[in-house]
Parts: sequence; C-alpha cells; structure tokens
Amino acid sequence: MKVMEGAEAIADAVRAAGPKVVSAYPITPQTHIVEALSQAVADGRLDAEFITVESEHSAASVVLGAAATGVRTFTATSSQGLLYMAEVVLNIAGMRLPVVMTVANRALSSPLSIWNDHQDSMTLRDSGWIQLFAQTAQEAHDLHLVAYRIAEDPRVLLPVMVCVDGFVLTHAFEPVEPVSDEAVSRYLPPLSLPFVLDPARPATFGAYADPTVYTEARFAIEAAQRRSAQVLSQALGEFAALTGREYSPDFDRYRLDDADVVMVAMGTAAQTAQVAVDEMRDEGVAAGLVAIRRFRPFPAAELVAALGNASRIVVFDRSVSLGSGGIVAGELRSALYGRLLPQIVGVVAGLGGRDVSVETLTQAFRAERDGWIDLRPDLEEIAP
Amino acid sequence: MRPLTPGLVVEAGSSVDNHTGAWRTERPRFLSVACNGCDLCAVYCPEGVVFKAAPKRYDFDPDFCKGCGICVEECPVDDIVMEAEIR
Repeated sequence: MKVMEGAEAIADAVRAAGPKVVSAYPITPQTHIVEALSQAVADGRLDAEFITVESEHSAASVVLGAAATGVRTFTATSSQGLLYMAEVVLNIAGMRLPVVMTVANRALSSPLSIWNDHQDSMTLRDSGWIQLFAQTAQEAHDLHLVAYRIAEDPRVLLPVMVCVDGFVLTHAFEPVEPVSDEAVSRYLPPLSLPFVLDPARPATFGAYADPTVYTEARFAIEAAQRRSAQVLSQALGEFAALTGREYSPDFDRYRLDDADVVMVAMGTAAQTAQVAVDEMRDEGVAAGLVAIRRFRPFPAAELVAALGNASRIVVFDRSVSLGSGGIVAGELRSALYGRLLPQIVGVVAGLGGRDVSVETLTQAFRAERDGWIDLRPDLEEIAP
Repeated sequence: MRPLTPGLVVEAGSSVDNHTGAWRTERPRFLSVACNGCDLCAVYCPEGVVFKAAPKRYDFDPDFCKGCGICVEECPVDDIVMEAEIR
C-alpha cells in the first residue's frame, strides 16, 4: 500500500502495462500523468518512445500510427485538448485500434475553466470508444490495466477512454495498492493484432469506404461495443482473481435492493453520493445509488434489471447537452422507456469545478423536476 | 464479395480499384477541332486523368474523372465541352 497522487497511480499502471509509444501534449489537469511517464522513460523504468508533439491532434495521430504497427500505446488529455483530438479520436475507433487514453475530465470553454466536470468526454460519447469512469485513485489505477485487456481483445478491438475527474481524482492523494509488474505481465498478454502496418506487407488503414460497405463498417463498431460488455465482465473477473479487488462491469449498486428513490451518478461524485444516500436513509427515505462505471457501451438492460423497484430516479449530471438537458438523464430515459415507468428527474450541477457536496446531492435527491440546481441567485438570464 | 476486415483494412493501393469516376454527373468531350496541344487541360486536371493521345488531341480516363470541368474552364481555344453523363 502506498499513498499516491491519482495521476501517479494512473501513470504507474500504464508504465506496468508497458506501452511502446507514449505521446501527449501537456494540458491541465492531465499533465502529471504523462509527466510521470516521461520520467519513467528517462529513468529507464519504461522501455518506450515518448514522442513530444506540438498539439493534441498530433498526439492522437502518433498513437494512431503507432498502434497500427501493432504496439501498445498510451495518451492522455483533457478538455480543449480532447476536442482538438476529436477528428483523430473517431479515426482510431474506426480503424479498430486498441489505444488507451486517460481523459482527466475538465470543463469546456467558453468561459475558460481548468476545473472538473464531464463535458469533455461526453462530447465524444458517440465516437466508438469504450468509456469507463473511475471513482477513486485505486480504481483509476486498476481500470487502466483492464482497459488494455479489453481494448486488445480480438472480440473487441476498440479504443478505451478511462475518464477520471480532474483534480478531484488526478491531484488527490489516496492509499493505493499498485498491481505488481509481475501480476500485470500475467494479466496482459502480448498485443497481437489481426492487421498491422508493415513495410514488408503494405496495407491501407482508414481507406475510402463507398456506400456499399460504410454502413457495415459502422455496424461492426456497434457490434464490437455490444460484445465488449461481456469481455469487460470476464476481464474484471480475472482481475478480481488476480488482485482480490472486485468491480462490477456496469455500475455499482449502493443500498439499492430496497431503494425507492435512486440516484444515478458517475465518477468521484458517486463516492459523495453514498454519504448523501445514508443521510436520506436517516431521514426515512429509502434512498439508493447507481454509480455508472461503463458509460459506453451504455448498460441499458442492466439498468432496467436493477431499477425495477424504484418509483423515482434522480440522475445527477456533471455535463449537459445545451438545449436538451442532462446527458445521462436522457440516456437513462431512453433505456427505461417502455420497460419501467419511474419518475425520472435530471439534475445538472457540479460544472466547471463547482464543489459537489453532500448537501448538493441531498438537494438533488429532493428536486421536483428537470433542471440545474445550485445556481447563484444573481443570474439574470434565466427563464423559469 | 470480399469479406470485411475489422477497420476495413485493405491491401495497399486500394485507390486503383476504387473507381471514383462513378461520382461523375457530367463528362468532358474533347472536340479535337481547335486543339493546339498546349497541355493546359492535362496540367490543371486535379486528378491527373487527362492525357495527350496525339500531338493535338487529348483524352481522359473515365474510371477516375470526377467530371469537375476544370479542363473545359482552362482550355484557351474552347475545344472541350461538358456533356451529361448517361449510364
């Protein structure tokens, strides 16, 4: 057991996974992760090419090309950096390259903010990447190893984005039990891709697809996304056998069995939400919590199975589709429609680093209708 | 039909098999009446598919000509016309 900064815990897992190419552009609050990896390369603890670049677009392009040659790769980014990568992010998924990327979740401009919310990775939720959200430094460490395992599985071959709350997780120090290098090497077999870029056997990646095959190529990504849920479940099962740490492959269930009012949350706020659930219970409300770990593929069927007893669901969104509402709330409504009929309330809060306290979450539990909570009263431009 | 690979990885040089001329709605016709052999149609063709067939006659590769009409625009003696593509 070591006391580690979240970023350090992530970098240690990535180092143990042994990527051959790491490329990233520094951006807060992700920087400590690749800083630590760059140091590991310089110290000879990681045998990799650390390729410095002039932008995130190039960082993503470097790992795309490197992954196509059949080696393990890593990059990390945040916020505007992720948006700048966006074009390449979709190409990586389309070319079915098993890149693993940390997104240290941070708000989007404008206005400029370096602080945490989920708007950045949410803008790329439709990109074909698997998206996992971690709640603690330990989980962030562990999920990066699992991410390589599922990304590289021949049944999946999709990139994985491990989403961690900027600062709240990346810069906080927690006790972490790192997986030993020996255990990691047992858990992660050498990477073997069905097709690789090789000058001796030229191939075209990302070739033009005319209307006779484009739909099939996109459907293949959708099918791989669906298959990845089962692969993740197996990978987490083997991880538990290796380390003793168990993670549910879809979402955590806290006091859920007899819960009448259920909160749905993601990331570090889910830890705070457990305290809020306890407080609601003390007040006599049968409260429970669903903490989503696997946002893509979205665990729709699992949520239907788990939420059957709830009459009221409050979805706590740390991102928003402007002009529509909380994104997780919208996805949950879509998943439950025609299957379950609870009242669903979408609550948006915690944007741009606004602290999510136990009080914020108990306030969310009591919200009557969709909307933003915890707003300053002097905001002029707001309609009821 | 070739089976689809993950990521649609194909053999190098796939653009040779991919006949982008299918996108065309109009095609050039080289009249070869006033042609002075100046090469501008071939030089300006963005796809490089116009070629000299004789000292004062040009032709194009229908497999890859997208029918943009730049050759018509550039011809100094108006010796090329665009016609509707009929398939």
